[in-house]
Amino acid sequence: MGRYVARRLLQMLPVIIGTTFLVFALVTAMGGDPVQNLYGERPVPEGIRAALTAQYHLDDPLPIRYGYYLAGLVQGDFGTSLSGSRPISEMIADAWPETLRIAGIAFAFEMVIGVAAGVMAGMRRGKFLDNLVLLSTLTVIAIPIFVLGQVSQIFLGVKAGIFPVSGTNEGFYSYLLPGLVLGSVSLAYIARLARASVAENLRMDYVRTAKAKGLSPSRITGIHVLRNSLIPVVTYLGADLGSLMGGAIVTERIFNIPGVGYNLFKAIQIEDGPALVGFVTLLVVVYVVMALVVDLLYAVLDPRIRYA
Amino acid sequence: MRGSKMVGCAIVVALAATACGGGGSDEGDKSKAGGGFSMNIAEPKRLVPQSTTESGGSQVLSGLFTPLVDFDAKNQPVLAAAESIESPDNKVWTVKLKDATWHDGKPVTAKDYVGAWNWGAYGPNAADGNYFFGTIAGYDEMNPVDPDGEEGPKKAAEPKAKELSGLKAIDDKTIEITLKAPFAGYKSVLGYTVFYPMPESALADIKAYEEAPIGQGPFQMDGKWNHDKFVKVKAYKDYKLGEKPKVDSVEFRIFQDQNTAYNDLLANNLDIVDQIPTEVMGTAPSELGERFKTSTASTFQFVAFPTYDKKYSDPRIRKAISMAIDRDEIIKVVFQDSQASARSFVSPVVGGYRENTCGEACKFDPAAAKKLFTEAGGVEGNKINIGHNADGGHEQWINATCDQLKKNLGLECVSQAVPKFAELLTQVENKKFSGMFRMGWIMDYPSMENYLGPLYSTGGSSNYYGYSNKDFDRLLQEGREAKTEAEAIKKWQEAEDILAKDMPVIPLRFGKNNFGHSTNVKNVEMNLFNQVELTKVEKS
Repeated sequence: MGRYVARRLLQMLPVIIGTTFLVFALVTAMGGDPVQNLYGERPVPEGIRAALTAQYHLDDPLPIRYGYYLAGLVQGDFGTSLSGSRPISEMIADAWPETLRIAGIAFAFEMVIGVAAGVMAGMRRGKFLDNLVLLSTLTVIAIPIFVLGQVSQIFLGVKAGIFPVSGTNEGFYSYLLPGLVLGSVSLAYIARLARASVAENLRMDYVRTAKAKGLSPSRITGIHVLRNSLIPVVTYLGADLGSLMGGAIVTERIFNIPGVGYNLFKAIQIEDGPALVGFVTLLVVVYVVMALVVDLLYAVLDPRIRYA
Repeated sequence: MRGSKMVGCAIVVALAATACGGGGSDEGDKSKAGGGFSMNIAEPKRLVPQSTTESGGSQVLSGLFTPLVDFDAKNQPVLAAAESIESPDNKVWTVKLKDATWHDGKPVTAKDYVGAWNWGAYGPNAADGNYFFGTIAGYDEMNPVDPDGEEGPKKAAEPKAKELSGLKAIDDKTIEITLKAPFAGYKSVLGYTVFYPMPESALADIKAYEEAPIGQGPFQMDGKWNHDKFVKVKAYKDYKLGEKPKVDSVEFRIFQDQNTAYNDLLANNLDIVDQIPTEVMGTAPSELGERFKTSTASTFQFVAFPTYDKKYSDPRIRKAISMAIDRDEIIKVVFQDSQASARSFVSPVVGGYRENTCGEACKFDPAAAKKLFTEAGGVEGNKINIGHNADGGHEQWINATCDQLKKNLGLECVSQAVPKFAELLTQVENKKFSGMFRMGWIMDYPSMENYLGPLYSTGGSSNYYGYSNKDFDRLLQEGREAKTEAEAIKKWQEAEDILAKDMPVIPLRFGKNNFGHSTNVKNVEMNLFNQVELTKVEKS
């Protein structure tokens, strides 16, 4: 187990180097002019262009620029952003907690409500509750998230005044509505996944055996069926937590949450290579760790799975 | 402190991240907002005066600093932090300062101005406002030009000087500015953000300074700049340089999206939105009622004809194209009246503006346009194209313009998108782009000259289309050297009349500030730099 984890962690290194290089190369390949982007539609004075070019090694070939970046990264230095020249590590430290908060709410919401709705629907297949869950999840999946976000902001925030409209001024409460909006789409997928999985497992031989042995229905579903049904759900949840923590560009923008999504959006807009690579590096680490956690959870859910 | 709290949250996130959201006591507390108001800004790029040219940062700085000159209701310069600004020959300017103190209590001296301006003018500091110092003697020594262009192997030489030779602190209260060439309108130039002073201590550590800038203006920082979230300022008790603020505090809330800010305004959570997005322009006047306001902004949008493209060399063709465009219609349909039709080359926000200087050529008259177009022999292939940058959201109005030209002149018109503005400029500079192209201009300093010199003088910094007219250049220069502002304006107006004859560009639209406020405040006004006048706002 320990060796397995260590091996997986070591595998992260080439993944991080590969992805950061790819992103770095892609930003360069965009072929834009980051210095001009900073100036919008104003002409850039020659002296300023020279100074910025030297500062960010913009005229060096790609491998050398990447070398500079990697050398800094090894020393824990993410570099400085092209816009406003803030240290990127500071930007990450400010932005990530914001994203984690709405991601946390979204994740808790989709996990608790999604799994519960899915399991109940799966057990009452074809009944009213099942149809209700199927219909409502289909509706949520069909609505794009920016519509969902803006509509809920206008009706629940501006018109009804139940939730703060935007921003992070009101503590936990500020993150609630964006979190629920963000979680709603995944919730729908999870409910459907859990429903299908439970319905399938209920028809398995082991359930019939358990019934024949005289086990109570609550023990059969609560322990045996649920545990076996959760493997696909956990796989989905793990991947989803990874993407939730990577920030939500649309939701963060609508609700004015200064998280990872906002920073990525800004960095892409002005082709801020250092900031983009910094944030993507973070995302890569999150994804790889989440994949590992999911794999380890399999072993907990299904004792037949062993890692060595 | 804050950082360590955040890290703690990050570790326990997987299951309990929601708990970290609580305890927002250090962030905006609504119950205490009694004597203040809030407004939206975009995240400032920097908060160093000499490096701040975008709107968010300059709005914050306009509260923290008082400029040397301000502008009255007629957009004429009036003295603010300066006691007097005089020049015998328009070349050597002497600025005397009023008594003032920094927010930390120290007196403001001429050295604080000189030091800050030298910092801004020094090339390697890469200050955004660097080019504003380009008219002062000694600028070139501080900003050497790369000898073989940026692509070449040679690096730009190290600057020979670290200080502007044309800038001197004569005594504690007197600054002497020597310009490279006489310029009658220089007083107006000094009203811009980049000419604010900085305390001498700031220069030692600019990065630390801009987290909580110390100024000499009506407001002082209340805590630090909270990146991506807010900047809070409070009234400065010992302020003597002008009108004292009528509120205790201002919270500049940082928004990613204007639409969100507008929704917050509708919910009365936010007091002022300085730019109402075009998407909601249709409904804003009815939703806000008399709290919806407009004023003239300094931006100018136009379409230019590159002189290297012989297709458009006949002025009659250029005039015919201009006459075939129905400006009002496009503004109504595409821009929901968020901008105003332009029929002059100079914006209404500067002294010397006259209505309709473009004359017949900017009047929508499809019949006359068609006649003139045919008389001039039309254009080669009966086909034109208008270039624009795809990242600027210009597609819609360019298409609408093309449709009008197709209909009114009976020719083929194509809207040609280039991904980025910088690419469009490069193509034009290398004479690789054929066709008309859109351009925009944002005023640097409130003078008529600023709408003429950079855009149309031979070799002007933003004269990408290569327009050149000796008479125009001469009149522009005579205006700069004129004894009085009034004489200067007369010369510049004559120069503008030449533009109306030559039509190097087609004026299309002037900007408008479309802003709104909540029921908590009144007296909300915006000035010619597109900033909210913070000291005038009152609680209602």
